[in-house]
Amino acid sequence: MSDTIKLHYTVSTEDFTRAGEASGDVKRKLKQMGSSPEVVRKVAIAMYEGEINMVIHANGGTIDVEITPEEIIMVLDDSGPGISDIEKAMQAGYSTAPDQVRALGFGAGMGLPNMKQYSDEMDIETTIGVGTKVTMKVFQT
Amino acid sequence: MTVLDVKEILGARVISGEEWLDKEVHTACGSDMMSDVLAFVKEQAVLLTGLCNPQVIRTAEMMDIVCIVFVRNKKPDEEMIRLAKEREIVLLATGHRMFSACGMLYEKGLRGGRDYERYN
Repeated sequence: MSDTIKLHYTVSTEDFTRAGEASGDVKRKLKQMGSSPEVVRKVAIAMYEGEINMVIHANGGTIDVEITPEEIIMVLDDSGPGISDIEKAMQAGYSTAPDQVRALGFGAGMGLPNMKQYSDEMDIETTIGVGTKVTMKVFQT
Repeated sequence: MTVLDVKEILGARVISGEEWLDKEVHTACGSDMMSDVLAFVKEQAVLLTGLCNPQVIRTAEMMDIVCIVFVRNKKPDEEMIRLAKEREIVLLATGHRMFSACGMLYEKGLRGGRDYERYN
């Protein structure tokens, strides 16, 4: 029996109602598998912010999650516009989201800072006009 | 206090989740910005908000929030109620505005958690 579980999700922008479904699913699975409440919440929040980002900035994308007894690895891959200034994007309060996103309760410039805060390791690869790949790790212990 | 206490202090109406009114509430948070809600880890929290869309329920799910209070009598739609029921989150609505509703709960001893120190 393999100790590694691999999950794949497609994040669509068609229905904003559904943004967060993938994160909720991972949260439930981790809970069932007996991860600590702290780990479950860190993964859920980090991934949810990433999922919302993909919906509001990048026209959707894919999320791959790998769960092992040691760690949870989340890879969020999109074909969006890319991030032109990562340093700025990492500052709490800096946002390029349009006003209609703020009306939905997001776009406060806390997305990437929250992802950084709740993950143990985060890496961003981004190319303007090509897309962004965010890899986040949360350790189980 | 419990969710039932929150309901009574605010003179709120139960929209859904009658069966979970005995859940304990330890802290509270009042915000229309979901990313701000996500920035603070709270235990057994109640969320007061004037925002009314399904992402409010999703945010509460990620944070293990036990109860959402919609201020100014905002009315969640069927989809939001369904999502909340599945996640065992109580939905309340009160006619009070955000500031007053938060103040009433604060007066009765509910607090916002201690992580404000991070921002001083």
